[in-house]
Amino acid sequence: MSLRTPLSRALGLGSAGDGTAHWWQQRVTAVALALLGLWFAFSLIGADLGDRAALLAWIAQPLNAALLVLLVLTAAWHSQLGTRVIAEDYVHGALKVPLLVALQFIHAIAATVGVVAVLQIAIGGR
Amino acid sequence: MTAGKRPLSPHLQIYRPQITSVLSISHRFTGAALAAGLLLLVYWLAALAAGEGAYAAALGVLGAWPVKVVLFLGVFAFFYHLCNGIRHLWWDSGRGFEIAQVNRSGWIVLVSAVALTLLAWGLLLSGGGA
Repeated sequence: MSLRTPLSRALGLGSAGDGTAHWWQQRVTAVALALLGLWFAFSLIGADLGDRAALLAWIAQPLNAALLVLLVLTAAWHSQLGTRVIAEDYVHGALKVPLLVALQFIHAIAATVGVVAVLQIAIGGR
Repeated sequence: MTAGKRPLSPHLQIYRPQITSVLSISHRFTGAALAAGLLLLVYWLAALAAGEGAYAAALGVLGAWPVKVVLFLGVFAFFYHLCNGIRHLWWDSGRGFEIAQVNRSGWIVLVSAVALTLLAWGLLLSGGGA
């Protein structure tokens, strides 16, 4: 005889209450980042980092701007998921919740600043 | 039996390092390093957008040799996490769990990550970019 309620079994979300959502998001963002990361890494390697005008022109191309926005958002989400797991594994007690909140804040800010910067360059006439 | 008397599995400090365990914790280390790398990427983008002076200042920070060393190591962290991440996705498909397979895929990850890092370093150093 199972002690689980029929509702709990029907929802299938397990004891943590969110099922495989975290695990699945980590995997989907991982696949996206493998592609976006390789694109960005090998684009950057060929670029002259000292030449700001050329970098701005490169970012301002619509395809590059779109891929960069995707990269920043996907990386921030993947990083948010991963650092959260690390924090939950090693940090306990009074520090735990403030740290988890701080990680969320840092990632939200990083994602926003990154996207705003790309949009400024792409459509803001920088 | 009281809590203090229970048999324990061997402590991490006396457990012989194996490729499986070393690569596993390395995935976590490189992931944490890449989280810092995300902040660096955002800083770089924001400095680019902010203007000539801000970007020159950012280049000054990023070009300092201790930062350069960290960035070069960061290239390895990136390729390692990428290769081992693909290994994880392979495992997620339910394959590759036999000990011999796990060891082999571990070495493939390590060799691939080193090779990609050397390739990237070579291109960076010869391209005159960095």
